[in-house]
Amino acid sequence: MTHRFIPNTDADRAAMLKTIGVASVQDLFRDVPASAQLTKINLPRALSEMELLNELNAMATRNANLNEHACFLGAGAYNHFVPATVPHLIFRSEFYTAYTPYQAEISQGTLQTIFEYQSLICNLTGMDAANASHYDGATATAEAAILAVNAVPGRDKIIVAPTLHPEYRATLRTYLEGQDVKIVGDEDLKLPLDAILKKHLDDKTAGVIVQNPDFLGAYHDLKSTADRVHAAGALFIVNAYPISLGLFRAPGEYGADVVVGEGQSLGNAIAFGGPYLGIFATKEKYIRRMAGRLVGQTVDTTGRRGFTLTLQAREQHIRREKATSNICTNQALNALAACVYLSTLGKSGFKQVAELCYHKAHYAAKKINALPGYRVDLKKEFFNEFVVECPAPVSKINAALESRKIIGGYDLSRDYPHMKNAMLVAVTEMNAKEQIDQLVKTLAEATSSKRKAKSRK
Amino acid sequence: MTIVANKPEPIIFELGSKGREGAALPDCDVPTTKLPNHLIRDELNLPEVAEVDVVRHFTRLSQKNYCVDLGIYPLGSCTMKYNPKINEVAVNIPGFARIHPYQNHDTAQGALQMLYELQKMLGEISGLPGVTLQPAAGAQGELTGVLVIRAYHLARGDTKRKKVLVPDSAHGTNPATSSMSGYTVVPVKSDARGNIDLAELKKIADKETVCLMLTNPNTLGLFEENVQEACKVIHDVGALVYGDGANLNAIVGIARPGDLGFDVMHTNLHKTFSVPHGGGGPGAGPVMVRKDLAQFLPGPIAVKRGNKYAMEMPKKTIGRVKSFFGNFLALVRAYTYIRSYGKEHLREIAENAVINANYLLARLKGTYYAPFANRACKHEFVLDGTPFKTKYGVNTLDIAKRIQDYGFYPPTIYFPLIVPECLMIEPTETQSKESLDEFADALLKIAQEAETDAQLLHDAPHDAPVTRLDEVRAAREPVLCYRD
Repeated sequence: MTHRFIPNTDADRAAMLKTIGVASVQDLFRDVPASAQLTKINLPRALSEMELLNELNAMATRNANLNEHACFLGAGAYNHFVPATVPHLIFRSEFYTAYTPYQAEISQGTLQTIFEYQSLICNLTGMDAANASHYDGATATAEAAILAVNAVPGRDKIIVAPTLHPEYRATLRTYLEGQDVKIVGDEDLKLPLDAILKKHLDDKTAGVIVQNPDFLGAYHDLKSTADRVHAAGALFIVNAYPISLGLFRAPGEYGADVVVGEGQSLGNAIAFGGPYLGIFATKEKYIRRMAGRLVGQTVDTTGRRGFTLTLQAREQHIRREKATSNICTNQALNALAACVYLSTLGKSGFKQVAELCYHKAHYAAKKINALPGYRVDLKKEFFNEFVVECPAPVSKINAALESRKIIGGYDLSRDYPHMKNAMLVAVTEMNAKEQIDQLVKTLAEATSSKRKAKSRK
Repeated sequence: MTIVANKPEPIIFELGSKGREGAALPDCDVPTTKLPNHLIRDELNLPEVAEVDVVRHFTRLSQKNYCVDLGIYPLGSCTMKYNPKINEVAVNIPGFARIHPYQNHDTAQGALQMLYELQKMLGEISGLPGVTLQPAAGAQGELTGVLVIRAYHLARGDTKRKKVLVPDSAHGTNPATSSMSGYTVVPVKSDARGNIDLAELKKIADKETVCLMLTNPNTLGLFEENVQEACKVIHDVGALVYGDGANLNAIVGIARPGDLGFDVMHTNLHKTFSVPHGGGGPGAGPVMVRKDLAQFLPGPIAVKRGNKYAMEMPKKTIGRVKSFFGNFLALVRAYTYIRSYGKEHLREIAENAVINANYLLARLKGTYYAPFANRACKHEFVLDGTPFKTKYGVNTLDIAKRIQDYGFYPPTIYFPLIVPECLMIEPTETQSKESLDEFADALLKIAQEAETDAQLLHDAPHDAPVTRLDEVRAAREPVLCYRD
């Protein structure tokens, strides 16, 4: 029997081979060197759908999932509520089994949703144009740096804040590996932004990349930074957490030239890190330097409004080695999720999500700061994520939380060696007050026995 | 009756009314904190629609799309095969969909095991045992592969290499990737049989060559008859061979690129391994390399230590190409797909893809000019529409638009660039004989129409939600964002 995903039978194949004019399927592979033709392959045996599902479920059971655990872990991937409209609509065949809308007339669904996504992102970020998306927040950031280097000729330096997500900084370096671009600013992880700009900002600087709220959760008033970057003739690139934009000012308002970000939080599954959504938006003057797909509004021959891929002269399939990027993908399905998410929550709902995050995070921060041995800097402005200085290594505390079905925060000593015992805690609308109270209680318990032991000595 | 799909659909901002809400969130259950008013935005322009407005809007829009679940989607080099539904069940299991990438990996052993096993399976299928699942797409796989090759040369102290050789039939991503990696692109011609021109390759390849980027089967749908010799020419000058795995569907389970002489390759999981294309993404483009190159791969990579799985960075890694662990849910789908086929059935994919393509070619070649019909094609083939253009003034774009009227998605057109008026057709293994016959019948009918009623083709499509769009206007006065 042929595999169940292949419709043709032996009789179908025999008739087709006859039309082709060959005796057997082997005749169609004569050009493949005989010495390289496989006789067997070392793979597991084929599984029926039932067996496969059992096995997948068994594997999945060995993963602690966020339906059964309270999550206070963020660091670039956030546990936000996804309205039922999102999975319902993105799992429609017409969306998920179509491809890049090359034939516009029968791809208007995908094209209009991308146009709507672009419009929603422009409104959130305060930019003039957004593309149809990148792979994730890391690669969108790297592409923004490339845009800056190309847009400001004769300059070869990119300044990054040390509080840009460590994995984004790593990705940026890989992307620019083969080009003569210097990436500076994060050699001293403790240096504040002002000092970094004083040290590095000059007439060789093409762009400055700042995350806001930064990786450590702190929210910055960046207006004067933007002015300073512009005065030096460089582009100001802001990596923003889209949910925070339900509450905080659009980066375009405080002077960003390019806004990038990780769009996962907009209706996309947290899914062990992917697939996510790279947000990329910029001002009108840089549109033709953007990477990626763009959808534009136009009219058909009868004058009706319609949508099409546009400004394709930037892209690899036309410009080949002169293209702005090699990107061919857009994360259309993730962008659709964001589009449905923002439409469903709408003006009031989206703001409400941001407010819930803000208030719950501040409630948690105050409670944790009141615990003996724990400290949170409450003078710093933050959105929904903050640093907790703990009385013990984060891994130990997280183990104690795990036993209460709580996924604790991110261990900052992984990337910031000077931040020993520092935990990055994220709170979202998904954390009910009881969960936060349980977190606080368990944090107290996790270290109280230790402190008692210490005081006894 | 007007078909709903053909009625213009307003833009989401044009729907609803002031104060309308699509979602209800719980009230705030904690004491509130004063907001920093000087940092708060005044305005947030988002839609004001009800849940039913949202569902109807996007459902109506969906009906303006053609898709694989409706019928043949023969885009050449895109491998638009059927996406098995078990894949979508798999990615919705909370143990995959609802896990955090940074949670303690002792609590994500099932996910890590899957990544580890998928790495092993892709290593076996390609014959290249070093595997990274990080790249998010084929183009990112290419960038990864070329940077790995760069690291290999530099690690040997070989710093003079600057040229990447790319056949003129290659995907645009190959040259774009090469320049992103800081290299110069040198095109290599194809010969009369559609192979890479071996004589020219020998002339061009030298000590400055970084690598050859070769797609096999190539974009003409032809297996490179000189693949082993071409690899030898490249290896003899100390360079490596990169395999663009976009067309792996033609030989999966039949032959392994690693055994043919390739050193590095990517595979598009959204092509050969049935990850749905999602309207343009997300996909995934894992990279497989020779054993000695594995130390350069981007990570982290899943490893097994005793009975425990972990994520680790290879020793001399080129770094990260994205955040977290690749496009995890795409990887879950590919894993599910390979386990469905297993060792018993895997080669049936390629066999049936190749039979289907040759069958369509056999049915069409008497009517359409097929420049390489003297050879068996692999998973796809090209037709050249020039005779229709010269005889009837009908170009390939007209033919493609008319195909829409028959209820099918048109093939890839005007690519590869070396075939004028090109139609590039890839049916895949998941088309039945009768669906191929319907498609062939439509193309034969269109060929007649070109002769008898060229205007019908010039004005096509006639039944789509919109007629042809003014692309010049879209590019000259770009409207990329809704403004009321």
